[in-house]
Amino acid sequence: MKNTYWLFAILLQILNLGHAQDKVEGMIMEGNAAGKHLALPGANVYWLNSPIGTITNEEGLFAIPYTGEYDKLVVSYIGFKTDTLTITEPIMVHHTLQPSNQLDEVVVEQKRDAVQKAFLSSENIVTINSAELLKAACCNLSESFETNPAIDVNFNDALTGTKQIEMLGLTSPYILITQENIPMVRGASQTFGLTFTPGTWVESIQITKGAGSVVNGYESISGQINTELVKPFTDHKLFVNGYANQNGRYEVNTHLNAKVAEKWSTGLYVHGNKRSQKEDNNEDGFLDAPLAEQLNVFNRWQYQDAAKGWVGFLGARFLVDDKQVGQVNFNPETDKFTTNAWGSEINTKRYDLSGKMGYVFPDMPFQSMGLQIAYSKHEQDSYYGFNQYDISHASLYSNLVFNSILGDTRNTFKTGITFAYDQYDELVNTVDFNRVDRSVGAFFEYAYTNLEKLSLTAGVRVDSHNRLGTFFTPRLHVRYTPWENASLRGSFGIGRRAANIFAENQRLFASNRQLLLNSSTGPIYGFEPEKATNFGLSFLQGFTWEGRKGNVGLDFYRTQFNNQVVVDWENPSQVIFSNLEGDSYANSFQVELNYEVLPRLDFRTAYKFYSVKTNYQNGLLQKPLTAKNRYFLNIGYTTNPKENGAQWRMDYTLHTVGQQRLPSTVVFEQNYQLGDASPSYALMNAQVTKVFSNAFEVYLGGENLTNFTQDNPVLGANDPFGPNFDTSIVYAPIMGRMFYAGFRYKLN
Amino acid sequence: MKKLILFLGVALMALTATAQDKNKKLNFEVNGKCGMCKARIEKACLNVKGVKYASWDIPTHELSLIIDERKTNSMEIKSAIAAVGHDSKELKATEEAYAKIHPCCKYREDNTDDSKHHD
Repeated sequence: MKNTYWLFAILLQILNLGHAQDKVEGMIMEGNAAGKHLALPGANVYWLNSPIGTITNEEGLFAIPYTGEYDKLVVSYIGFKTDTLTITEPIMVHHTLQPSNQLDEVVVEQKRDAVQKAFLSSENIVTINSAELLKAACCNLSESFETNPAIDVNFNDALTGTKQIEMLGLTSPYILITQENIPMVRGASQTFGLTFTPGTWVESIQITKGAGSVVNGYESISGQINTELVKPFTDHKLFVNGYANQNGRYEVNTHLNAKVAEKWSTGLYVHGNKRSQKEDNNEDGFLDAPLAEQLNVFNRWQYQDAAKGWVGFLGARFLVDDKQVGQVNFNPETDKFTTNAWGSEINTKRYDLSGKMGYVFPDMPFQSMGLQIAYSKHEQDSYYGFNQYDISHASLYSNLVFNSILGDTRNTFKTGITFAYDQYDELVNTVDFNRVDRSVGAFFEYAYTNLEKLSLTAGVRVDSHNRLGTFFTPRLHVRYTPWENASLRGSFGIGRRAANIFAENQRLFASNRQLLLNSSTGPIYGFEPEKATNFGLSFLQGFTWEGRKGNVGLDFYRTQFNNQVVVDWENPSQVIFSNLEGDSYANSFQVELNYEVLPRLDFRTAYKFYSVKTNYQNGLLQKPLTAKNRYFLNIGYTTNPKENGAQWRMDYTLHTVGQQRLPSTVVFEQNYQLGDASPSYALMNAQVTKVFSNAFEVYLGGENLTNFTQDNPVLGANDPFGPNFDTSIVYAPIMGRMFYAGFRYKLN
Repeated sequence: MKKLILFLGVALMALTATAQDKNKKLNFEVNGKCGMCKARIEKACLNVKGVKYASWDIPTHELSLIIDERKTNSMEIKSAIAAVGHDSKELKATEEAYAKIHPCCKYREDNTDDSKHHD
């Protein structure tokens, strides 16, 4: 049989004689003891020091162009001795390679990295890594954004000290907040959810401005915030953090991680905080910060088999959080639901169970599958004066994702299905609201990159929801590099959600306002689902000046609501919820500069402009308590670390918040009126960390160093059961200057 | 009988198909020195029909490929790499092709890892 190849080769030679001038052709055979003619397919045949080469085909035949420029023809094959033939004319070559035990080109069973390569992304993503997170030493996720201009931090109310975050001028319900890509702060946890993730548990945060990806659902409108938590395989064996501040807030975090088997690791993370000291520095008779206690226990298991491509996580978390706010002399045991004193308690219990599994196909690093399943049960029992508000929310979420390529890795896609189930049971004073939301959806997201100038991500999902109906959600992100170190991005997307009007606005219960639901026949509390379109453009230019790197960024985004549940609290005695009639939009503009001014001295500054307007009963107005202008500055300095990691780290942050429109207070008595707008003010925070070694560091910091506070955060504080009582109009801190200290101990 | 021949034919084709791997891994060295080289090398590889995955490592100069063997082979990829100015063990870029690469990428003078200094 093999002889026919030989004959065929000769035949080929004869046939090709007529036009063989420009080629060297022939056959490569394998030398063997029996002296048989065995063709060698796949052998390399190339001109030495040239760009011209070929491989023998299945019959061992080859043809290589002959130009006369090169005269050394190299024949090589794995496991054979390489031969170099001198060839000076286009002739026929028959050559036998002799076996050797030398190996040069090897087909490797490659081990993969657990982390996949990140391409220049088409989305506008800011990553906050662990070093950045340390700049805000306290205490939980809601306080992790102070040193980043992409997120604005506002005050939720005058009582709980809870911070509310905003992106592109829209508050957190319009941001999809996920924990390792599982939607986290939503439904019942919308108001306090960010305070339920201790800061030390956070490994990194990714902030996506604009529409975001379809993979995590249809709910994101102004952006996505994803939090990656510490992982048992990579976190410190032992970590202890203690924190105390001058207002009597104490926090303790401990992490314990252990490898229990070759492929299994587990971590136990315990967080506790407590404030039992009553603080009333502004002497309005109301606590400036809640009396609070939280215990938060999280156990996580990680399975990793890098050779086979499996990674998995199992997690269980239990949280109990109790807060007491209101008048200093309020005693829940005797004063609850009486006019003895005004007070409020917010008690939350939450259980979380989650499982994630990922598989990367061993011979195809570009192909993978992931499955996530998460269950949570959130129970909040609370009252604000005479207003009672209880909510129980059980949620099941699962998402199956398949990633692969089309042709090659320049064209990739993600596709999968999502299933979500939410059961709400709410008691608002005497009225029960029960609701079950179910949805199932499928998505497909295509990503293209030409590895240099252009990349884009285009996704669409279709969901069928028992209250939102069946609908498409398209999203598009494009990046173009017009010149070196520059990146121009554009995005477009639609988002939808069911507004949980009470859970999201529960601060309004702490007022004398009457709640009015101006609803119709919509599916969610009588309201229509919210729907908005977001689009934006951003430009980033990197530069190197005096040998140090910096960048300048500009971005503009607009969110246009097609429908919204408008919360109108322009009338001080009411809160009116209604479907949007007319216009509602948020325009945001940001310009940002980052530069390493001196070695290890980082300078970051940003100016932001927001025009967030909604049609209220009194016409199109800027959203109350939303500053039009904001300025941000952060300066960070670190000394050169010594061999054992010892160094100093210093950090200073300035936030200047421009005037904010206040909801009208004209019907109140003269001394309770606040005027049309808040004064503009500046806030300063600073922190110093002394790192003694890689194992131990201490930090000392101050918040609100200029000691700026709002004069009268609790309106009608002297008569909390009277008509002028309102704690919802808060535009500035209630707590004055405050110092804190803490330590971190790590053992690897 | 005809059906049997057809069946055998199909079976034989299936056999040849398995002999030629759809996802064959290849690793070999390519000269270069920085992130720009990386983008250029990987792009040249992916432009060869049948190359599904290409990743070039700056410090080791190792190119990892996953190719569909039915559509391409290592020499074809090395020619494509030589055509954009990068040398492999077998094939060398022409002076013209080498002259076209960015000045910072001139690895023939000094091929140490340069990625810390620039992209």
